[in-house]
Amino acid sequence: MYAQMVKSEATQDDPEALAAFQARIDAGEKIEPKEWMPEGYRKTLIRQIGQHAHSEIVGQLPEGNWITRAPTLERKAILLAKVQDEAGHGLYLYCAAETLGVSRDELTEALLAGKMKYSSIFNYPTLTWADIGAVGWLVDGAAIMNQVPLQRTSFGPYSRAMIRICKEESFHQRQGFDIMRKMANGTKAQRHMAQDALNRFWYPSLMMFGPSDKDSVHSAQSMAWKIKMNTNDELRQKFVDQTVPQAEYLGLTVPDPDLRWNAEKGGYDFSEPDWTEFFEVLKGNGPCNAERLAARQKAWDDGAWVRDGLMAHAAKQRSAPIAAE
Amino acid sequence: MSAEWPLWEIFIRGQHGLNHRHVGSLHAPDAELAMRHARDVYTRRNEGVSIWVVPSSAITASSPSEKGPMFEPSQDKVYRHPSFFDIPDEIGHM
Repeated sequence: MYAQMVKSEATQDDPEALAAFQARIDAGEKIEPKEWMPEGYRKTLIRQIGQHAHSEIVGQLPEGNWITRAPTLERKAILLAKVQDEAGHGLYLYCAAETLGVSRDELTEALLAGKMKYSSIFNYPTLTWADIGAVGWLVDGAAIMNQVPLQRTSFGPYSRAMIRICKEESFHQRQGFDIMRKMANGTKAQRHMAQDALNRFWYPSLMMFGPSDKDSVHSAQSMAWKIKMNTNDELRQKFVDQTVPQAEYLGLTVPDPDLRWNAEKGGYDFSEPDWTEFFEVLKGNGPCNAERLAARQKAWDDGAWVRDGLMAHAAKQRSAPIAAE
Repeated sequence: MSAEWPLWEIFIRGQHGLNHRHVGSLHAPDAELAMRHARDVYTRRNEGVSIWVVPSSAITASSPSEKGPMFEPSQDKVYRHPSFFDIPDEIGHM
């Protein structure tokens, strides 16, 4: 997902306090920032929410790439609004992470130093306009699968950020589907572009949910703490079941020869993505990892004088009336 | 490294004349920019007709560990709720 393979931190707290904490979570209570929480809960959440926030921000890059080249003024305005939403989602999430005692600048620096990650999906390039459709339809569609249950997560500020995000996310998926629909009903060349975008984004989208449950060792603690609400395989299955009929409607073919409806389980059987590729992308060897981080680093460095200058201006304004007296 | 922009808490009054409500926080160098950022971050879908920005450092919060002494005394004053009193049916709405 936007937060893939978040390792649960070990916790070494008093067993009695831990049990009382778990009882609060089991009773459906929300945990608020200043309340007692196990160190492992705090650290796992910082990592997960931080990774989610970084994904929103880095996720602006592949789409921002097409703002100046959108085919019509209307598409351009829509894409601009969508990318602006992603910035907003990043900010809601950084704020939620900050309530746990980490600062936004610390999070940004951890990302730039390679100590924190963002979703693997944003390391793939957006080569054609149809890719913008595929990103909205598939990538935002996969994100929604994960984010809707996270609205019920146990940590109050995270839950509230998710509620805001989910309200806005549906626009993102629909605008993507709308682009795909236009392309799929267009000229032969446009149909070909739509199919090509689906071919390239299908497996990377399936990877967004993280490795198979049998290889996902950190899930149990996070699920007990309600900071992970479903297993990776559950969400992936749900995503495939929802998306295949949409692809059929578009007249596009999902690039999986083994995709089949399984009446017995009431869902599709489908091929696993190439997990070797997934781990390579996470290690930094995907097609765009270096480019994405370089863009973030450049924005951080080039913005330094603006951040400093505005602070200096604010300090000057504060002291001005005193100087005048 | 430069100093981080301070944190502001954002309160928004929605369309229907209700109280300003806390919606989240953001970083800004001063109140004027906090206001502009609040507009962009928290009212992109016409959520508000008025914004307050308050430095987070100016907020004093009740302590979670004193939740008991702070709020429990109100629990044994059920007579504050109108349903505590029986009103005969013949009286009708009161």
